[in-house]
Amino acid sequence: MKRQVKKKWPEQEDKVRRLISNLPYEDLRRKYQPNRQYANNSIKTTKYTVWSFIPMNLFEQFHRFANVYFVVIAMLNFVPIVNAFEPGVALIPICVILILTAIKDAWEDFRRYQADKQLNNMPCSIYSRKEKDFVSKCWKDVRVGDFVKVVCNEVIPADILLLHSSDPNGVCHIETANLDGETNLKQRQIVRGFDGSFQPEYFSSIIYCEKPSNNLNRFKGYLDKPDKKKIGFGKENLLLRGCTVRNTDEAAGIVVYAGHETKAMLNNKGPRYKRSKLERKVNTDVLFCVALLFIMCLIGALGYFIWLETFPDIPPFVPPDSNNNYISPALSGFYMFFTMVILLQVLIPISLYVSIELIKVGQIFFITNDIDLYDEETDSRIQCRALNITEDLGQIKYIFSDKTGTLTENKMVFRRCSVMGIEYCHRENGDCLLTALRLGAQCETISDDEDIVFQKPKVPSRLQYRQKKGISSLRRSQSARTHMGARYQSEVFTITNEVAFSSPLETDVAPDRRLLRVTCDEKTQIQEWCRVSHCNGSASFMDFFLALAICNTVVVSTAMLPRQRVSDQHNLFCQVTNDTFSHYDNNVVTLFLRDSGSNNPSRRNSSASHHSEEERGTVSDPNGLCYEAESPDEAALVYAAKAYGFTLLARAPDRVTVRLPQGAVLSFEVLDTLAFDSTRKRMSVVVRHPITREVVIYTKGADSAIMELLDCHGRSAEENKRKKIASKTQRHLDLYASAGLRTLCIAKKVLSEQAYDDWASIRQEAESTIDNREELLMETAVHLETNLTLLGATGIEDRLQDDVPATIAALREAGIQVWVLTGDKNETAVNIAYSCRLFNQGDMVFTLNTDSREQCESILDCTLGEVRRYTAPSQSWSFQSIVGAVMPTESTGPTFGLVIEGRTLSMVFEAHLQMKLLELARHCRSVLCCRVTPLQKSAVVKLVRNKLKVMTLSIGDGANDVNMIQTADIGIGISGQEGMQAVMASDFAITHFKHLKKLLLVHGHWCYSRLAKMVIYFFYKNVMYVNLLFWYQFYCGFSGTAMIDYWLMIFFNLFFTSTPPIMFGIMDRDISAETLLGLPELYKTGQNSEFYKRATFWIVMLDAFYQSLVCFFIPYWTYQGSDIDIFTFGTPMNTVSLFTILLHLAIEIKSWTAIHWGFMVGSVLLYFIVALIFSAICINCNPPSNPYWIMENQMADPVFYLVCIITTVVALLPRYIIRVLQGTLALSPLVQARKLDRLSTEARDQQIKNWKSQRSPSEVPTNLVSPVDSFSNSFEQSFYNSSLEREMPDMQWDSNEETQNTFSKGHRRSISTMTV
Amino acid sequence: HPRDVRTCETNKHRTGSSGEGTTNRPDNTAFDQQRLPAWQPVLSAGIVIPGFLLVGLAFIGIGVALFVTSRSIQVLEVSAPKGFPPLAVPPTRGGPVFLYYGLSNYFQNVRGYGCLAMTTSSGGTCPRCSPSSSCAPYQYDQNTTIAPCGSVANSMFNDTFTLYQLVNATRKTVPLDGKGIAWWTDYNIKFRNPPEVDGSLAAAFNGTVKPVNWPKPVYDLDPTNPANNGFLNQDFLVWMRTAALPDFWKLYRRITEGEYASGLPAGNYTLEIQYNYPVANFAGRKSVIFSNTSWMGGKNQFLGIAYLVTGSLCVVMSAVMLIVYAKFNSPDEDF
Repeated sequence: MKRQVKKKWPEQEDKVRRLISNLPYEDLRRKYQPNRQYANNSIKTTKYTVWSFIPMNLFEQFHRFANVYFVVIAMLNFVPIVNAFEPGVALIPICVILILTAIKDAWEDFRRYQADKQLNNMPCSIYSRKEKDFVSKCWKDVRVGDFVKVVCNEVIPADILLLHSSDPNGVCHIETANLDGETNLKQRQIVRGFDGSFQPEYFSSIIYCEKPSNNLNRFKGYLDKPDKKKIGFGKENLLLRGCTVRNTDEAAGIVVYAGHETKAMLNNKGPRYKRSKLERKVNTDVLFCVALLFIMCLIGALGYFIWLETFPDIPPFVPPDSNNNYISPALSGFYMFFTMVILLQVLIPISLYVSIELIKVGQIFFITNDIDLYDEETDSRIQCRALNITEDLGQIKYIFSDKTGTLTENKMVFRRCSVMGIEYCHRENGDCLLTALRLGAQCETISDDEDIVFQKPKVPSRLQYRQKKGISSLRRSQSARTHMGARYQSEVFTITNEVAFSSPLETDVAPDRRLLRVTCDEKTQIQEWCRVSHCNGSASFMDFFLALAICNTVVVSTAMLPRQRVSDQHNLFCQVTNDTFSHYDNNVVTLFLRDSGSNNPSRRNSSASHHSEEERGTVSDPNGLCYEAESPDEAALVYAAKAYGFTLLARAPDRVTVRLPQGAVLSFEVLDTLAFDSTRKRMSVVVRHPITREVVIYTKGADSAIMELLDCHGRSAEENKRKKIASKTQRHLDLYASAGLRTLCIAKKVLSEQAYDDWASIRQEAESTIDNREELLMETAVHLETNLTLLGATGIEDRLQDDVPATIAALREAGIQVWVLTGDKNETAVNIAYSCRLFNQGDMVFTLNTDSREQCESILDCTLGEVRRYTAPSQSWSFQSIVGAVMPTESTGPTFGLVIEGRTLSMVFEAHLQMKLLELARHCRSVLCCRVTPLQKSAVVKLVRNKLKVMTLSIGDGANDVNMIQTADIGIGISGQEGMQAVMASDFAITHFKHLKKLLLVHGHWCYSRLAKMVIYFFYKNVMYVNLLFWYQFYCGFSGTAMIDYWLMIFFNLFFTSTPPIMFGIMDRDISAETLLGLPELYKTGQNSEFYKRATFWIVMLDAFYQSLVCFFIPYWTYQGSDIDIFTFGTPMNTVSLFTILLHLAIEIKSWTAIHWGFMVGSVLLYFIVALIFSAICINCNPPSNPYWIMENQMADPVFYLVCIITTVVALLPRYIIRVLQGTLALSPLVQARKLDRLSTEARDQQIKNWKSQRSPSEVPTNLVSPVDSFSNSFEQSFYNSSLEREMPDMQWDSNEETQNTFSKGHRRSISTMTV
Repeated sequence: HPRDVRTCETNKHRTGSSGEGTTNRPDNTAFDQQRLPAWQPVLSAGIVIPGFLLVGLAFIGIGVALFVTSRSIQVLEVSAPKGFPPLAVPPTRGGPVFLYYGLSNYFQNVRGYGCLAMTTSSGGTCPRCSPSSSCAPYQYDQNTTIAPCGSVANSMFNDTFTLYQLVNATRKTVPLDGKGIAWWTDYNIKFRNPPEVDGSLAAAFNGTVKPVNWPKPVYDLDPTNPANNGFLNQDFLVWMRTAALPDFWKLYRRITEGEYASGLPAGNYTLEIQYNYPVANFAGRKSVIFSNTSWMGGKNQFLGIAYLVTGSLCVVMSAVMLIVYAKFNSPDEDF
């Protein structure tokens, strides 16, 4: 039968999954089920079962080199000829380590098991033929081919092809937050042809779809109906496992992927495993230890051989083997080698690996618990996704940052627009109060005929600034435009005063008075629409706003839905804005006057609550409207349209409803939606106008994408007008871009019925293909989007996140080079770079913008020459110094910035000019790469990482940053507006860019210094202890005797000295967080690996040798020539080495909390208690010279204490003296910083200021910004800068203009230099 | 705190679906935020000068005490050839005098030698039970159990010493006390004799043989004192406590009786040595040591000197630190 079934499906191809309904086969046994070869829905993410746990876990653990070493040693113990002490005892350490790890693994696996069990037993409804209805079953019972029903707010159990929805439009809304973190609702549609009542029994089609893949955005297939009709479907028809159904009462469909084959499960990978730089270093040092062990064992073996040779006859104390035979000295020497390996095995710090893991767990605990890295708005802490690279955070030299969403908030605010070639500056939007006073006075100076004239900046008086500072909305004043560079100050934007009043309610767009008036004038009757639609210019305004409202994928949800949240404050405000225009006109002034009197707390509350809503991309409305946009730009545009009265009321797949300002409600039939993609850089919506019945295409997209497609034909007059509008709009766009706004062009096209029908049939065809459908769909889209009529352009502001300039300044002080890699255009990127202090006003900024190889090379050479001219001539550059990578920040000459465009960048890579670029970049404070693709981003990171051999960090928030995040040593994802792909790929996920400062400067420094010191200490500890045993070999004929009882020896490493270093590695705080933040320079110690250098390792080895010599020979000389027995001799040594090892750590501990004291004192007490108890009960162990009562005897002997005291003092004296001298001379900044820590807070702040002014007098004004009051200071600072700039001669304006021209005309090289 | 209130509200919204209104906010405790009050010592010259001085002076004091004590202990070491070495003993103060035998180049600490255990220790009620395999090869002698087994026991030191004082050309035996020379715990707890059979220790050891190198069986070690036989023979116990270093002493007897109790009177003595134990095969030497003890045990010059040197070094260091302090102390440092 099985064979038959197989034959029945001969066309089971590689690429296609074929499935049919299970219903006809219900109740049949499994082997008769048609879809049985596909995974069912029960999931198992556990690694082990109860039975396989022990073998599999052991197998996994033995994959680690360290454990293998240990096992080999353990087995060596059982080789009789090696003559080991008690083989069983030697197994204890490895067993403890294995058991600890196994317990950890088992616990993790058990948690996975519980989670699986819970998931598998979740209820769901599966259709049953017997019951003729959906019956309740568990998730695990779902199979491919089953019909499953999900109701509102239920989680979807498997990947389901949507066939039925209670929604009349055949739509099902889902929330994909579980999958990708995006909280906006997404629409899914039922497969075409399944409208109306759906009955699973009659479903007889065969489904062909692609094999399971982890690509969330790709799914395609078709239904083969019994009548041979094929119906295509795609990802918009698929409900994904793990998503939640929202706003839809119920939906049903057929399961296509289940269990582990669902997209959610295929995307679910475990945590990432990276090996940190420190760990790689540790591994090489472990190899040194292996070499040392080898040498020591060799000495032991040779020594034994020679020792045996010295005797004239066989002495009574050289034992024969059990058969009473004597082995030849050479052979016994050979065996002795292995005996020595066993004796000295502790030299290889196996427990180091376990300790490092434990320490990292502790460090991650503290990082995730840091309240400064907690974001209240999203209620999220920092996530540490990679568990073992915490210390790399302390060694970063290069940061590669994305711009949008990383430096900026990615919260879009509609700022300006240009409609039909006329610019509307939306002054009200920015500065309500001032505008209210100056209403109409300035905006209206712009006339249609004049070329655009922006207002001269009205230099605000100092007084005005003081006044504004009191206003709470200043919190947001670090807008992208706050710190506008000198380049654009001479332009006509009124930047500073606008921004000072930027509204915290990003969604509340205050309409431009003039534009409002224009639209008000259009208060024509709807009947007149026909007449005015084509020729009347003012109708374009309508079209413009209609396009804003319609041309998007924003989902509108209503008030009844669970996600709805409305605050009263907001209600009040929105009611006004949504009222009729006349009403609005009357109210606007008073409203804004009240609004801006925002010293009252209620205002603050309203802004705050709004804020939390905004961050979910959700915009609520008093009418119960709630906009859920996939990108914040879209929401901003829809909201802008709404502010002008064009309210998007509802959106269904085939219908979109808009309320016009006049109150009329228009319902457009949506014929098609051409979704946005990065190649086309635009999206379009094809609608049928409800009144004119015309087919209209509204397109919005990047200016470059739209401008090329404009209609250039037609009558000459119209053509001229269009051209004029286009060129004006282009000019506006350039200015928007240079002001740091994101630009979009809006265009439309009216299509004839015939043309649309033709196109629609091609489109249909494309949709139903399964292979290269994407390409076909794109072709059809491109085909349609031609000959557009330009309606206008919008400028959307993307605000800088809080504290970005301060963070970048701090990072730079810390010796970190910050590169910004962005896909944005040059002007926008450069402006953001200035505003976030990536470039300073005094910087010389070089721009590389060429696509010719020769030019590229010559520009690089010539720029390099110029840079070298400025940098001190003594600093001759060579390749070696690049590798050494000394930061050039100390030089007093001008600082440089570099802007490079994506095109040029690819040229650099093609022409192998990377080294030249790096050399140039090395001299620059900051590098800005614009218009780069995700692949280029990662290529840049790879270049720097591999060629400069430095630690790199990438930070980004979007899917386009994933490559770069994964390439860098540390990838940081910002969980923000753009979904979770970056977070999923990252090692650490934070919520704000400013968190980077504390994460690196404080936690990075701590984690690195703690772990590095701990590792060094661990090496020391083992070498020191093992050498004691080694020295004794010279007095026991190299026979491998230990003078310490083996139990105590094992306990020594396992209990007595293990916890203090772990505690040290987790908790020691060499410098307080405040000082670390105040003096970012301290970070450089980590960058230069100063805590763990090769020299550090060898110095500590020497110290270990010295200490072990002292610890052995002082007791040796004390007890020499007496009747002392072995263990009585060994006990003081053991005790002394315990004291020495612990006090050595005590010298290294920089801050003693109660916990430190507890662990240190506890360890000593534990030693004495265990040793006393052990020697009291151990009557028969380790005969004949057993440890019975030895500790008690020793502790009754005053000499024991005298030996302990002097040995410890002599052993630690050198290290102590060196540390004292270091502390006195205070040569290293770390010691100085620690001295600062002892001061009171005020004194410390004062000292930090003094220190900074001493170190870099030129940077005093910049560095005045202390972390506490950074806000007010930075504000003052910006004022300081901008007022300076205004008084500067405009000498660089020309070069700017030139730059600008080259930008717009493009393809010409330009180097612009700017000097103060 | 308006901000905090708002957080709570927001969180109620957010976690409304999952049930409780718990927030993800980290605890603002000193421990979690790594702000625990801490003592942050910065080692610098100014602070350590008094410390160095104090430690230095204390060490010098201890060193002087140790040195003086050690000087007061008298040790007389005689290398022991065959025969009757005459000894001129200077007056000794303080008794009792201990008589040690010393072996040099004898590695009692060799692994394997020491590891070969003797079975019948404290649980040694059963001498005929098969002994531990680690006693091999001194485990069985022609399939009879050796008691005590093992190579340590087998190689037991068996020279005997007799001390005579020469008084007017006559030899006067100095009484040697063989009691209490082993550790109290060894004698009373660790080692046990098998229960006597019919009042006879020999019968208890019935079925065992003596170690190969021994002239006498274990129950007959001390013919002069029946209580000093079997596993509880004091010389046996002393030998079984293996020495840590290759040149070692072992306590042979104490001189605690009569006129000799408070130290050997000055005069001429002669030592009669019954030379049984071979040392030629390991190129060793034997010696006999007379020594009295003090609170710090036997004579040991080293510890006192070490304390004196270290103490002086600390004092010197404090002086050096004073110079460093005077030269490099930054004025803004406040102590």
